[in-house]
Amino acid sequence: MSPVERFQTAAGVAAAVATGERSARSVLDEHLARIDEREGEIHAFNHLLADEARARADEIDARIAAGEDVGPLAGVPVALKDNLCTRGIPTTCSSKILDGWRPPYDATVVTRLRDAGAVVIGKTNLDEFAMGSSTENSAFGATRNPLDTSRVPGGSSGGSAAAVAAGFAPISLGSDTGGSIRQPAALCGVVGAKPTYGRASRYGLIAFASSLDQIGPFARTVEDAALLMEVVGGHDPLDATSIPEPFPDLRGTLGRGVEGLRIGLVEELLGGEGGFQPEVQARTREAADALEAAGAKVDVVSVPASTYGLSAYYLIAPAEASSNLARFDGVRFGLRDERATMGETYDATRTAGFGAEVKRRIMLGTYALSSGYYDAYYGKAQRVRTMIIDDFDAAYERFDVLLSPSSPCVAFPLGDKTADPLTMYLNDVCTIPSSLAGHPAMSVPFGTGAEGLPVGIQVMAPALGEEQMFRVAAALEAAAPGGAR
Amino acid sequence: MTAPISRDDVAHVARLARLTLTDEELDTFTGQLASILDHAADVEALDLDDVAPTSHPYPLENVVRPDEVRPCLDRDEVLAEAPSAEDGMFRVPPVLGEAP
Repeated sequence: MSPVERFQTAAGVAAAVATGERSARSVLDEHLARIDEREGEIHAFNHLLADEARARADEIDARIAAGEDVGPLAGVPVALKDNLCTRGIPTTCSSKILDGWRPPYDATVVTRLRDAGAVVIGKTNLDEFAMGSSTENSAFGATRNPLDTSRVPGGSSGGSAAAVAAGFAPISLGSDTGGSIRQPAALCGVVGAKPTYGRASRYGLIAFASSLDQIGPFARTVEDAALLMEVVGGHDPLDATSIPEPFPDLRGTLGRGVEGLRIGLVEELLGGEGGFQPEVQARTREAADALEAAGAKVDVVSVPASTYGLSAYYLIAPAEASSNLARFDGVRFGLRDERATMGETYDATRTAGFGAEVKRRIMLGTYALSSGYYDAYYGKAQRVRTMIIDDFDAAYERFDVLLSPSSPCVAFPLGDKTADPLTMYLNDVCTIPSSLAGHPAMSVPFGTGAEGLPVGIQVMAPALGEEQMFRVAAALEAAAPGGAR
Repeated sequence: MTAPISRDDVAHVARLARLTLTDEELDTFTGQLASILDHAADVEALDLDDVAPTSHPYPLENVVRPDEVRPCLDRDEVLAEAPSAEDGMFRVPPVLGEAP
């Protein structure tokens, strides 16, 4: 690997900054220059924190000069999805209802990044409240795909994916409820991982659907994704859903290969009934072949209930959202459209503050939870969730990891899927089943599809199976057409 | 099977969710919600009486912390971000009765 490439990875930057070979400030300035050049056309950020980042980089350099160990992300610029709370720094969820609000506390993942020596470079754009698959639902304008600016970056973490793909930061954090890390990672040609539900603290992540939301990394290499995951992962007493087990050493597993691992191609997620681009299907089979050539045992497996995933998800997630978003009422934070009475103020504030997709999901969720429909919709969806978990459990008795495309298609043109919400929801068909099961899953770039745009392969594992998932991801990265990135 | 969602249902749900919709929005949302719920008909049609519901994918039981006083958010910092505050409290319009 040439020195230039090395400085584009988080691991390379951290090693060079820690030894004094490079200054955190020069690394930052290089990234700010790239942002200066292309941010105007991409719009990855809601807030660029250039001054704060320069002060922070100088502080890191001073500490290193004083002989201090500043941590595993020494001087690494990192971008944060704008639904992660940052104390004193605007956090909007790309919604007018939070425009201008500055949280009085940091999310746990933000504290951990700071303790690891990272430099927060900005807050990235998203679909409002993380509801969407294209980052077109932002109240502050869409983000564009750095590989083709006429196309979407995916979503909802589109800004974080685009920031990494454009070289604005080597790594970033996103959140994934039904695929909001994996799908944009696939569309932007970067690595994106969602850990097991409970692996990363959600303290300070503004809630969308609490039984599904997870924070995870974007990176240009599997190693960097593992590094960032190790920094932000692990138990946090401030999140009652946080898993107490210690977080594993992921980077130590990356070189172990896939010899003897059993890998299942999920029949229901291969697009047999149509709707998937043929190039995406072809790359998925080639990925499986490559893993077989590397010593894995590959076979097709059925996870029958996964076909109900999309329907169940679009009842459960809106139901939880309708409850979570009740807190945006104009009383304690953000927008208030003040009227004569509190009741009228609620109505005016929420009507003015939320965009169309958020309103749609709040109403869908309210309906699915309402008297007379709860059993038919929300209750049924929760039972389907059990079926999906049981079917995955059966598959994981015979396989160590499962494989599918991350998205049925490559990056699509802006405006292509905004007219009909259901068309947009279908983008999440491959990513939703693991979300409902609470399992880890990640997307790794593997060759290109239509228009030469990147294809992402999804690697899924059972709960707490991050080690085998990252092992397989590393093998896929090494075998990807065009060689290791 | 439940009846398709009606315009009145959507208006009712919007009221519950404290959202005000124009007539045009009501029409659009009714069509869109109907199409999403129609897609969910596959789930609605399943007989799942014998399957237990899952509300949390990774069950943890009795998560408690020691009952010790710890620092909490700074009141002034929190109230500084409120739309309106007075005497250390959030200030809101009248909740009951007529406006003054």
